Amino acid sequence: MAGKIKSVTNPGLKLQLLSPQDIEKIHQATLDVIESVGVRFPSPKALDIWASHGASVDRETSIVKASGSLVEAALKKAPPVYSLAARDSSQDLPLDGNHVFVGTDGCGVEVLDIYSGERRRSRLQDIAEIARVGDFLEEVAFHWVAVSAQDYPPESRGLHELKAVWENSTKHVQTESIYHAREAEVAVEMAAAVAGGRQALRQRPVLSIMQCTAPPLGHDGGSLEAALVAAEAGLPVGFMTMSACLTTGPATLAGNLVVGNAEVISALALIQLAYPGASVFYAAAQTASDLRSGAYTGGGPEDFLFGAAGNLLSDYYNVPISMGSFATGAKQPDWQAGIENSLSTFMASVVMSDMLLGVGLLHGSRIWSYAQMLMDCEIFSMVVKMMEGIPVDDENLALDVIKAVGPGGNFLKQKHTLKHMRDLYLPKYMDRRPYNQWEEQKDNAADWALAKARQILETHQPAPLDPVLSAELSRMITTLENSTRINTD
Amino acid sequence: MHEQLFKEMAQSIIDGDTELAEQLAKQAMELGIDPLEAINQGFVIGVNHVGSEFSCGNAFLPELVMAGEAMKTAVSTLEPEMARRGTERQVFGKVVIGTIEGDIHDIGKTLVATMLSASGFKVFDLGVDVSALKLVEKARQEHADIVAVSALLTTTMVRQRDVVEALEDMGLRPQVKIMVGGAPVTREWVTEIGADGYSEDAIGAVQVAKQLMGVS
Repeated sequence: MAGKIKSVTNPGLKLQLLSPQDIEKIHQATLDVIESVGVRFPSPKALDIWASHGASVDRETSIVKASGSLVEAALKKAPPVYSLAARDSSQDLPLDGNHVFVGTDGCGVEVLDIYSGERRRSRLQDIAEIARVGDFLEEVAFHWVAVSAQDYPPESRGLHELKAVWENSTKHVQTESIYHAREAEVAVEMAAAVAGGRQALRQRPVLSIMQCTAPPLGHDGGSLEAALVAAEAGLPVGFMTMSACLTTGPATLAGNLVVGNAEVISALALIQLAYPGASVFYAAAQTASDLRSGAYTGGGPEDFLFGAAGNLLSDYYNVPISMGSFATGAKQPDWQAGIENSLSTFMASVVMSDMLLGVGLLHGSRIWSYAQMLMDCEIFSMVVKMMEGIPVDDENLALDVIKAVGPGGNFLKQKHTLKHMRDLYLPKYMDRRPYNQWEEQKDNAADWALAKARQILETHQPAPLDPVLSAELSRMITTLENSTRINTD
Repeated sequence: MHEQLFKEMAQSIIDGDTELAEQLAKQAMELGIDPLEAINQGFVIGVNHVGSEFSCGNAFLPELVMAGEAMKTAVSTLEPEMARRGTERQVFGKVVIGTIEGDIHDIGKTLVATMLSASGFKVFDLGVDVSALKLVEKARQEHADIVAVSALLTTTMVRQRDVVEALEDMGLRPQVKIMVGGAPVTREWVTEIGADGYSEDAIGAVQVAKQLMGVS
């Protein structure tokens, strides 16, 4: 039986971050950038699409300058609401503006081994195991490819990764690890096999594709072409900017939003020009580079503000968003990880970002930790609870009970208490023990989370993928590998 | 004596004022000042000042980068005069740098190039999407001491190994050190492919390069 999925819905909290005038200013500045400076699209196919719609295209530099009206008209064709389909249809995810779903983070390169604790290079088996644990957890609504299958060849790695997730989870898969048109074609073929044909895939996209932009103001050619392949087949496609104050963006927050926004909306416009009405999403994980090293930080007050600002922009364009939250810069599950992942997730949730990425990675999305994964899930659970807000009606005001108990009594014996006590949040990994109990064990949240992850891995059996289908997916991957080999020879 | 001019030179670097640095370099040549003297008694003092301010936490990366750019301009303005006099600036080493084939991510690579150049290395930046062969060919031409190669994707990182192999094939491996960088690169990867060093950030990369050159 498929597990239920937890999400934020019917929010009871609101955040006032940017006024409609502020958003309009950011939008106008973005259009100015796209029109006067341009954005780099290093793909002949993408340049042809822009040129055929009247944009100014420089074939030497691959820079496209498009008018504001062209970009705006294209963006208007994007559907505001659609669903991400899962192998198990009861786990489909409506991206309707009234749900916040969480996925696993990606794409790490190392894993803290679930048994030895040793840090080692990631491999395909890790992807399978992370997917299995994610399949069990109600907080995990969909999967990213959590770590890279570095024991498989680069040209087909992304496909082995997809197969591993599908074989171990019934939930939706969003890959951020397909970088070429050819690989995307096979990914589409595989997704169609899982969905039951090309037409079925259009109706129920069991796969969505996320591509990174190349800030400032650029894209990667392979990524663009992979996205076009996916969009043609009806897979939802998103572009994520990671523009960072100081290095790939201006030092100021609003300026960095403009740079990132120009990258994302220019790419979404391209997809709409090519395939009007294609399902697309905005994606962002903006940050401020470290003042001393210039390095990616993975957290900080600026990140948290960007985490909320992104959804205000995607709402303006009326498309769903995939927002980078969690993904702490901490080296282990510690104080820093707790602060960064809580604040980023709260800020992205309070504005109702549709998809949050994601649970489980440390050191700026590089090192996978099962303990962090489960503790991140707890953070999300707490946010879900907070987002319910405070309902105020007769039942909740509890006036009768207050009168019945009166001064000096207690509420433990009240039926009203019995009725509502389970509404209160019960943490899985918070230490609320008496001091002496803690003193005897000296264990903590990370130990409990890890023990739980081990138990899930050892006992949880996801609904298996039909072995015939599995073999078919393998065959598709092998065909690509053989053709690549012939080409190289 | 040109004490005042040297002071202005140092200040132009501290302020990251590329135009002023260039103008002062030209002025020095007009006055017949030895370019090496202008560099060592003027501009370098500014670089060192920014470096020590950075070390004690008073200056930040953008100030280092701007000082580095101003320094680069000053040196390149003085280069023709150095060549005419048959003198050469002492550098710690020559570095050929680029982002590997199939990868267009250049911010980290460019930052490392700037920092190396500001710290006294001669840097040949070949840009992004550079094949192993091109990097190695340039290293051969320029008698480089270090080849530095960056990758952001796990799928392109594997080609860092090609650089090591290409240097071996051309018989250059004994005299050329190899540095690799980029988010997916780990110490274990460096060991596995037989490279010589890596760093997670640009400041660390300078230290690694200096170590590889035997400079402390």
